[in-house]
Amino acid sequence: MSPRRTETGGRIDRLRTIRFTFDGAPYTGHAGDTLASALLASGVTLFGRSFKYHRPRGLLSAGVEEPNALVTVLRSEVREPNIPATMVEIYDGLVAVSQNRKPSLAWDIGAINQLGGKILSAGFYYKTFMGPVIGPLKGTRFWMFCEHFIRRAAGLGKAGTAHDPARYERMNAFCDVLVVGSGPAGLMAAKAAADQGARVILADLEAHFGGSANWSGETIDGMPAADWAQRVAAQLAGNDNVRLLPRTTVWGYYDGNTLAALERVTDHKEVAAKGEPRQRYWAIRAGTVVLATGSFERPLVFPGNDRPGVMLAHAAERYAVEYGVLPGQRVALFTNNDSAYRSAVALKKAGAAVVAIIDVRGDVSNEMRRLASDAEAELLAGHAVVATEGGKALTGLKVQRFDAMSGSLSGDERSIHADSLLMSGGWSPTIHLASQAGAKAEWDPARQAFLPPKPTQRWIGAGAFTGSFSTAQAIAEGRAAGLQAAGGTASSGPLPVVEAAPGDPDPAPVFEIRAKGKSFVDFQHDVTAEDVRLAHREGFVSVEHLKRYTTLGMATDQGKNSNVPGLAIMAEALGKPIPEVGTTRFRPPYTAVSIGSLAAERFGDLKPERLTPMHDWHIANGARMYSAGLWYRPMIYGLPGETVEQAYVREARATRDSAGIVDVSTLGKIAVQGPDAAEFLDRVYTNMFSTLAVGKARYGLMLREDGLAFDDGTTWRLGEQDFLMTTTTANAGKVMQHLEYFLDVIWPELKVTVTSVTDEWAGAAIGGPNARAILASCVTGTAVDNATLPFMGIVHGRIAGVPVMICRLSFSGEMAFEVYSGAGYGTRVWEALIEAGKPFGLVTYGLEALGTMRIEKGHVTGAEIDGRTTARDLHLDWMLSKKKPFIGSAMMDREGLIAPDRLELVGLIALDNRALNGGGHIVEELDEANPHDSLGHITACCYSPALGKYIALALVKGGKARHGTRAFVSDPLRNRFGPVEIVSNHFYDPDGSRMHG
Amino acid sequence: MLITCPYCGPRDVIEFTYQGDGNRERPQPASQDLDAWNAYVYDRLNPAGDHNEIWQHSGGCRAHLRVVRNTITHEILSTAFARGGHKSADNRAEGRS
Repeated sequence: MSPRRTETGGRIDRLRTIRFTFDGAPYTGHAGDTLASALLASGVTLFGRSFKYHRPRGLLSAGVEEPNALVTVLRSEVREPNIPATMVEIYDGLVAVSQNRKPSLAWDIGAINQLGGKILSAGFYYKTFMGPVIGPLKGTRFWMFCEHFIRRAAGLGKAGTAHDPARYERMNAFCDVLVVGSGPAGLMAAKAAADQGARVILADLEAHFGGSANWSGETIDGMPAADWAQRVAAQLAGNDNVRLLPRTTVWGYYDGNTLAALERVTDHKEVAAKGEPRQRYWAIRAGTVVLATGSFERPLVFPGNDRPGVMLAHAAERYAVEYGVLPGQRVALFTNNDSAYRSAVALKKAGAAVVAIIDVRGDVSNEMRRLASDAEAELLAGHAVVATEGGKALTGLKVQRFDAMSGSLSGDERSIHADSLLMSGGWSPTIHLASQAGAKAEWDPARQAFLPPKPTQRWIGAGAFTGSFSTAQAIAEGRAAGLQAAGGTASSGPLPVVEAAPGDPDPAPVFEIRAKGKSFVDFQHDVTAEDVRLAHREGFVSVEHLKRYTTLGMATDQGKNSNVPGLAIMAEALGKPIPEVGTTRFRPPYTAVSIGSLAAERFGDLKPERLTPMHDWHIANGARMYSAGLWYRPMIYGLPGETVEQAYVREARATRDSAGIVDVSTLGKIAVQGPDAAEFLDRVYTNMFSTLAVGKARYGLMLREDGLAFDDGTTWRLGEQDFLMTTTTANAGKVMQHLEYFLDVIWPELKVTVTSVTDEWAGAAIGGPNARAILASCVTGTAVDNATLPFMGIVHGRIAGVPVMICRLSFSGEMAFEVYSGAGYGTRVWEALIEAGKPFGLVTYGLEALGTMRIEKGHVTGAEIDGRTTARDLHLDWMLSKKKPFIGSAMMDREGLIAPDRLELVGLIALDNRALNGGGHIVEELDEANPHDSLGHITACCYSPALGKYIALALVKGGKARHGTRAFVSDPLRNRFGPVEIVSNHFYDPDGSRMHG
Repeated sequence: MLITCPYCGPRDVIEFTYQGDGNRERPQPASQDLDAWNAYVYDRLNPAGDHNEIWQHSGGCRAHLRVVRNTITHEILSTAFARGGHKSADNRAEGRS
């Protein structure tokens, strides 16, 4: 039996031993333990090192608010930092490590920072990182050098870099009543609503339903509260209209009563079941929300309140009752309210010696005096703790007489020997979700707490959340809330009867004991009471500024423990009452949320893929695939032993020598149909389409409203009122939306419909000197000679019996044809073309060769139509009709868009015969040490088999005027510098004789 | 946020694409009034309160809607098809800034 484990009690299964490691050392615990309770049971007191001062820290709490005991959990290579040990359920093989210590938790070199405490005060970064303004280090990067070490010394766990193989899911859920929190209030609300027939979701961030009932030691309906809670939860589980979500943190409350929750599905398991995600993101739309989120116990602020062994009173009670672990053998309590007395009795009952109860209040009620004597504790009313002793574990404390009215200490210090000090500074309702949902919290002077605001959305509060701290009130309010939320009114018989220790819910308004030594307000960010006062002395009066300057409440725990004490100390410094100082608004998320859960199916194996009809053929024939957006496209069809460059050079060369074929099914295709289709296209494109003859195609350019280039492609006139528009692959969706917007919003009078038909057609482009001969050998029903099928002509025929539509157009600069067939027949047509091409040495080519040939031709794509270039910049001004207005025509001639120093499309030839890089800059003078004065940048590059040179397209200032001149490429990131010649973007066959044939 | 599409009923906002301030007036296509074009392309009302917006039900019927939305509370006051009956008095909100 471990040293601190009680013989009986709690919900742990003492017959099941779980083995895990912490900082490499083996430990055991029991099923039902958290990492915190298991380590505590094993005698561990030191859990972490603090953020700034590297002070030793132990457990402060037993729940989600834990600021100190943050650990990193490792699953093979994947590390998840900053998880409270209180929220990690142990499993066999769990590997957890502590954080912010070097070389080890017990011997931490950073602890030297404690000596420099005065320097590391509030605003340290703001005061320090302004850089030396005088002296030898002026203007140097010295501070950035120092910052590197300071950043390593400060901070929390390190994020991992390994790929996260876990799966995440997203769920949408709808319910009449969402109950957040499963303490007595939440259970009653869920039950009342479920009994009315409402669809109910009950979520709790803990593994077990019951909340405080699990450790209160109270009796409900004659049975231990924990048993009562289990019974109610079991009843709920049997209802078809109830969904129970344990281990589910509702972390965001958004408009429209939409709530976000994170379910930790398998984080507590050694091995996930097949198909189980690691975590599940829930978007819950609730008719009404019952907020039964309970309350947080507050620490008291006094010197040494962060020493390992100082813990919140209810947390100790919880460890003792729920997990059967005693936080110490000799326990002292320090309180400003009645709730700690119940904790004292619970710890006594569990086997600890309660040596003293130190109460800041001079007059303690007779009921509390009776509880103190039940606990066999010495009661020190009108006293306060002024110091704690010990190193990595508490050994004792010092108390002095204290006057709660004036806050003054008097008399001699008295030492008390104890290994555990439990504090209670009152309770703060967990109003985070209500605050997220809207209005501001209100200060209640009796409860000394912020109470939830009036609902601005459809929620109802119940239990400690509303400031009703007794279980009997929680049960009554919970049932009422559940009934109301479900739209019921019927009272459902007598309420469960609660037997509980008495207690006044109102604490004394004491937050801090001012004595010598560091008194911590925010444990996780190492903010002391003195830091708050320093901020005040330096002129910070707004609570929002205070927060940012001291970083109070800005750590991963978001000030769950520290906000109210921090405010109280600020209010005192300002001489104002707390409500006038105000509070900050809580924002989502309530607790840390993994990015993976938000990405969910958009990432990893659930991400959708778009495959062309010929995809399987490409794979079977050795294509290496690219992902382009959601599409997968062949990059190269490499031969054994070929590099990528060798492959695309071979493919492009073979195409120009004989013929090549490429899958162009991904091009966006939009059917534009209707009596006004031609008129519409005239407005959308910069050039004319109403003059296009049926059976012909035309290259078109679109601008945006602001006059910049938007997209290009060919549009085919299939009939008088029937056009097939093609777009670039990447812009297919955007162009569709653009057309729909104008038809729906701007020109609703035009009789045109647009339909996306991208997926209806399979497309193959076949080009090269032998392309026509190959087509002629396999097409039936039409001739493909120059007279029947001239440049930009369209014919209909059949290939392998499949109806096809063939348009003679060229992207490669060769004589080329696009062959379209119904998507379902794409592979059949493709295979027939491949077969027909065999005698001619037809090659299949991928995107690399496609890109190479388009660069050789100087055609633009998305790399050049980048949202910053105009038609003129791209030498497409010949397409700007002067006969009609079109989208963008009014704005395209603005001063800045026709300025002479704009970046224009040019070609580049590497004069050192080395590869150029996309993104490299062009400069007039090469200065490798200090690259400057960029003239422009490279947009696309390749080795050109046609020219035998490394070439590129670039956008360069002055463009055309620089043709024939030399410049340099300057690419310091890839250490590529060298001379280039600026030439026309039309490298190859500039007069188009090859494609016109 | 739920937007009630006249075709499809109340749907989650993730099905919709925001298409901008619905108070903009596009000049006549042939207009050379650069100030008017400038206002249309670049000027947006940004009221704290009721706002007249264009949304497309891009994940549904793809219709464009005129939506009056309170930018503070995200309450949707009205929705109507942008095509036909648009800019009628009851579903057009003047932005308050």
